[in-house]
Amino acid sequence: MTTTVENAVCTFCGCLCDDIRVEIENDRIVKAKRACANGRGMFMDYDPTPRKPRVAGKAVSWKQAVKACARILDDAESPLIYGLSSTSTEAQKKTVALADRIGAMIDTTSSVCHGPTGLAMQALGEATCTLGEVANRADLVIFWGCNPAEAHMRHFSRYSLTPKGRLVPEGRKDRTVWGVDVRPTKTSRMVDHFIQIDPGSDYEVLTTLRAMLKGYRIEAEQIGGVPLTQLTELAHAMKTCRFGAVCMGMGLTMTRGRDLNVRELFALVADLNSQTRFSVVPMRGHSNVAGADQVMTWQTGYPFAVSFAKGYPVYGPGEFTAVDVLARKEADAALIIASDPAAHFPRKAAAYLETIPTIVLDPEENLTARTAEIFLPTACAGIDASGTFYRMDNISIHAQAVVASGRPTDQDILQDIMEAMQT
Amino acid sequence: MIGIINGRVYDPCNGIDGKVRDIWVKDGRIVSPAEVDRSAADIIDADGMVVMPGGVDIHSHIAGGKVNAGRKMRPDDSRGHERPSRELSQSPRVYTRSGTGRSVASTFKTAYDYVEMGYTTVMEGASPPLMARHTHEEFEDIPILDKGGYILMGNNHFIMDCIRRNEKEKARDYVAWLLGATKGFGIKIVNPGGVENFKYKQNVTDLDDKVIGFDVTPRRILETLSWINDELGLPHVPHIHGLNLGLNGNADITAETLIAMTGREAHFTHLQFMSYGGEMGKPVRSAAEVTARVVNANPNITVDVGQVVFGDTTTMTADGPVQYRLHALTGNKWFNDDVEAETGGGVTPCVYRKSNPFNAVQWLVGLELFLLIEDPWRVYLTTDHPNGGPFTCYPQVIRMLMDRDFRMQAFEGISKLARKNALLPELDREYSLYEIAIITRAGTAKRIGLDWKGHLGVGADADITVYADMEDREAMFARPRYVFKDGVLVARDGQIVCERPGQTVYVSPDYDTAIEKEVRRHIEDNYTIAFEHYAVSEKELSNGRQVACKP
Ligand SMILES: [Zn+2]
Repeated sequence: MTTTVENAVCTFCGCLCDDIRVEIENDRIVKAKRACANGRGMFMDYDPTPRKPRVAGKAVSWKQAVKACARILDDAESPLIYGLSSTSTEAQKKTVALADRIGAMIDTTSSVCHGPTGLAMQALGEATCTLGEVANRADLVIFWGCNPAEAHMRHFSRYSLTPKGRLVPEGRKDRTVWGVDVRPTKTSRMVDHFIQIDPGSDYEVLTTLRAMLKGYRIEAEQIGGVPLTQLTELAHAMKTCRFGAVCMGMGLTMTRGRDLNVRELFALVADLNSQTRFSVVPMRGHSNVAGADQVMTWQTGYPFAVSFAKGYPVYGPGEFTAVDVLARKEADAALIIASDPAAHFPRKAAAYLETIPTIVLDPEENLTARTAEIFLPTACAGIDASGTFYRMDNISIHAQAVVASGRPTDQDILQDIMEAMQT
Repeated sequence: MIGIINGRVYDPCNGIDGKVRDIWVKDGRIVSPAEVDRSAADIIDADGMVVMPGGVDIHSHIAGGKVNAGRKMRPDDSRGHERPSRELSQSPRVYTRSGTGRSVASTFKTAYDYVEMGYTTVMEGASPPLMARHTHEEFEDIPILDKGGYILMGNNHFIMDCIRRNEKEKARDYVAWLLGATKGFGIKIVNPGGVENFKYKQNVTDLDDKVIGFDVTPRRILETLSWINDELGLPHVPHIHGLNLGLNGNADITAETLIAMTGREAHFTHLQFMSYGGEMGKPVRSAAEVTARVVNANPNITVDVGQVVFGDTTTMTADGPVQYRLHALTGNKWFNDDVEAETGGGVTPCVYRKSNPFNAVQWLVGLELFLLIEDPWRVYLTTDHPNGGPFTCYPQVIRMLMDRDFRMQAFEGISKLARKNALLPELDREYSLYEIAIITRAGTAKRIGLDWKGHLGVGADADITVYADMEDREAMFARPRYVFKDGVLVARDGQIVCERPGQTVYVSPDYDTAIEKEVRRHIEDNYTIAFEHYAVSEKELSNGRQVACKP
């Protein structure tokens, strides 16, 4: 028998598409209509069959596993908690509570994606808007260092490129669209004007645009490999639009200059607001990485890279960011939740992680889980667990589970671990 | 069971002005002595102490998207303002949560700071409907305190469309739906039409200016929402932040707006920011007399002051253009968030300086309003936290109001330019403890519409604060001896001793369900989330309390 769930929320990426029609047969998802390839993969590949936790290579009961986790955390002097970006805020809240309780360092995947965006925000602020404002109003959209055509596949149709809105009744026709990147991408094929800049020159190009908009005469003929005439055209488009939006991604945050690149973009956008209205939209990757920022911030005052070692939150990007903590071999135990650092961290950090007692909470046995002391196969938030997620524009949506779960949720297990601890 | 005996009780709702009374508590409520077995009761001897209901804040920004953006943007506000986690009991192990921040404190710290100051209920001043879920998520992490939120409606597309088409009944049904969907407590209006116009880099400056694309005026938005508030019988009244906030000469438009509401019930928030004289480009003057006169003459109007306190703080409002202007003026960092089809808003850090003539006048305006508005039941203590300063400065403001010498000492320290021709030295009024109890709990609870709070009569929630009676009123109000919430001792000598969840109050007025079809279409056409995902369900509130409407 097939059952159908309408308006399911796809918790794959920061778009949080909430119009998915999911078909279920024998507790497995067999169809995910309207979902993009990424989302379809998430829904259909997931096998919600309960699995036993694994401790030191052996399958054990949940009770035994929880006890083993408590022992690791009780014994740790300097534990690290990392991840959070693909689980619900309910689980994130519990994770921060655990970190507070045990005096852990806690960091989220923000530190390896949009952490620099957070730093730029702390330096300058951020002029932003919800995605509906882009859909309803934006007559100029710029994609800078991001590739939604592959990473946020429905961003174009739901938010930024084709939707028709109150002020853009003709949708795509009412928008001028620019792309800026170091190489042509699937996204650059969709825009009206593409500017290919030299790798590592985002900052220069952004500064030049700011200078031009402030009326300075630029003498160079090329900036970052781009003819000045093209930048003049872009600057003109920016100041003459009614409501502009620049969607920005890891092309800015994870290349040379990092937070300085983002700062320059944020400064440009703030400047533009003296002439028109302009917003920046950070293209957050994982489904609830924005939520991780939010929860960390409301509970600790800081978005990521926090240490509770002193009994209260201390902020230290570069100091308490997971990659740095591991590379310096400062953690003596780790709890990884809803992320896969072994697959994504620099070799040195990932190699050290293998040497310390590590607990992994994840619906899938990812690379990190395979070498971890303890693997806890929890429910997948958004599929067999309900929970709240924050979209890339910080609008929160409650995702109802679409299939029945025999697995515990992250927050249940974290609660059990806290109760089993001695300290 | 608890007895708080021999204390001097200030319970203005019941006309008790400093009489020695015993207060009895059972099952979280105030009860008559007959219901209590005294031998089994915990007795607090409050001999020589002052007993009041728990503090009730009518307007403060403590939770939601803007507040959290402020926290994130200001690590500098967190550093040096840390609160460590503390063990409350060994078995079972109970800890308070750690936190940071002063003007934009983290959620747990916000709760503890309020409770340790004797407050037990706080209303969040402005939540965009689309971000109500976020506000509620933060409420869940603000323990002990009871909370509720006002929902921003002054720039809402559906409502403005209805007004243009003269369909006020439809707007009414929508507002009822929206309050239920957001689990909000009341109607908030911020710069009606001006926030929408800011999305075109414009604003409104007059009640009869046009809202771009809607052909409606701020006046009609105010009138319609006030009519709706009445029709739905909401516990609170329309909560209004008017036009031209922070601008020289705005007292005239504020007076005009107050007069436009003659005969209607309305609450004007942070009146201090709306009561300036002088012209643009010229030195600002206090025009507290202008707005206070209108308030005094209109018994249906209440206000909270939004007192400025000198020092560093964070400003935040749904009034997007105000925050942009402040950023452009100061060069301070600026956060802005335009919210689809509903509202906008921004955040900017700010330092109020004694030596700055504008800031000094702002400070004067607040105090003058407190002293010029005659009926304490209609003027409430707020700093519009954190806009005028952090709520932790309330005790300082209380001392200013109760102690003319202290006030004048502070006056001598402010900008000479601001002192010139100032009215403040002529105002001899000193607030009594009874009046302080009105502007900080009795009056606010009544005006919010929480009849079971703000007093110590039989049946009221046993939210009780006991103060040592000290000459230094600032020290007295900063650190109460005992704070009870629902009859449980939660703070002693200014330190949390028990953590428990607080309630979230909300309304869910009845409406003609035919509206849902239209709302669905409106959301499909104007929003990027599905109708099904818009509403916050009851299940998402772990401790919600629906408050009845009286249409
Ligand atoms: Zn306010």
